[in-house]
Amino acid sequence: MWKWLHPYAKPERSYQLASTLLPWFAISSVILLIVGAVWGLAFAPSELYQKEYYRIIYIHVPAATLSMSVYMAMATAVLVSMVWQLKLADAAAAAMAPIGATLTTIALITGAIWGAPSWGTSWVWDARLTSYLILLFLYLGVIALHNAFDDKALASRAAGILTLVGVVNIPIIKYSVEWWNTLHQTATISKFSAPSMSSEMLWPLLINILAFALMIGALTLVRFRNEVLARNSMRPWVQALAMKEGTH
Amino acid sequence: MTPPTPLSYSQLFFKVMNRDLKVAIHNKGDILNPIIFLVIVITLFPLGIGPETNLLTRIAPGIIWVAALLSALLSLERLFKNDYIDGSLEQMLLSPQPLFIMVLAKVTAHWLLTGLPIIIIAPLLALMLHMETLAYPALMLTLAIGTPVLSLIGAIGVALTVGLKKGGVLLSLLILPLYIPLLIFSTAAIEAAALNMPYGGHIAIITALLVGAITLSPFAISAALRVSTN
Repeated sequence: MWKWLHPYAKPERSYQLASTLLPWFAISSVILLIVGAVWGLAFAPSELYQKEYYRIIYIHVPAATLSMSVYMAMATAVLVSMVWQLKLADAAAAAMAPIGATLTTIALITGAIWGAPSWGTSWVWDARLTSYLILLFLYLGVIALHNAFDDKALASRAAGILTLVGVVNIPIIKYSVEWWNTLHQTATISKFSAPSMSSEMLWPLLINILAFALMIGALTLVRFRNEVLARNSMRPWVQALAMKEGTH
Repeated sequence: MTPPTPLSYSQLFFKVMNRDLKVAIHNKGDILNPIIFLVIVITLFPLGIGPETNLLTRIAPGIIWVAALLSALLSLERLFKNDYIDGSLEQMLLSPQPLFIMVLAKVTAHWLLTGLPIIIIAPLLALMLHMETLAYPALMLTLAIGTPVLSLIGAIGVALTVGLKKGGVLLSLLILPLYIPLLIFSTAAIEAAALNMPYGGHIAIITALLVGAITLSPFAISAALRVSTN
């Protein structure tokens, strides 16, 4: 049943698969990103209360939605690597960590930019904002641990343990922060309760979310290829590839 | 040669714990310094924000808990470090005894040396910060249940960084985010108690964190130690 999957446990085959998939992800994400961004930023109707500045939603929401997904994808890769001892999954997890951290940062910065005019403040200690900040800290911890070891395989195993501990903690952190906020009864929030959007605003948003997902896929593939090459730099096929690339 | 009689789990636990306690008692500074650090950090807050009694009363639970987190962080580093340097950690990993029990014993010893003194000194610190009298039982209870969680979760971070030369700053980056839920629930419980409101729910959650940490974190610590000693 799993026979078709086995060849991809070889770094060489995975590298080739990543190379084949990369242009598809890259081209489709660029096209969708252009469509979604132009439609959302230029043609979607302006909002009643927030006028034009609501348009940052087209960057903020995709980044925020997917930053959490990237962490789950990273944790899945780590789990695969631990359970089935697939070293390539380590490379995938290492490839995803900085992408997730960047997305979380984008979500926080765009959120602050959006919050300044609409809430009158760039930062509130709201449940969702705080839990995203902590998510960023978790990402930074994983990246720091990756960089702390000289041996890449060792770094991946250490960072993997931290990633899984983080997965256990993410729901705890999320609910603790939510309850913490309700306990303190701050006067903000409820602005987050999803406003029902008109379809002219919703479609570009959905397109952008898909475009972001494909872009993350493309970036992950690029970084995955680099990781595979770096981890296998002593193998003949990598050296053959380097020779081939060097000639033209 | 006859093989040595196998140790029971409790024998193993107490042997490892006693060893750690004995080693620690020889280096008295290791026990005292985190406590002195805790007291100094708490002294800094009234100096930094002014000695206004009402303000201190309000923020006392937060200050005491944050200071407890930081002093735990400071003391955690030596949990595995010396054993790693002199090679006894490797012997532990190679021994046929279950690592789960040995790790749990080491963490317990660490808590007895650092968590327990915090609990003992906490009422004095609360007095210095003019904490609400009603909140004292809650403070003691949250510290009693919460400080073992600090040791257990922190040990994961220490185990991951023990092989590194500059693990100190990295350690704080790794485990402080994981301490956040504990900090939130503990201070919330103390504040609820100060308002004479029921705080059993918070205590229940902290206890759940403790139970979860006791059962799960030794696995993570063992895996991390195996990575670090390679």
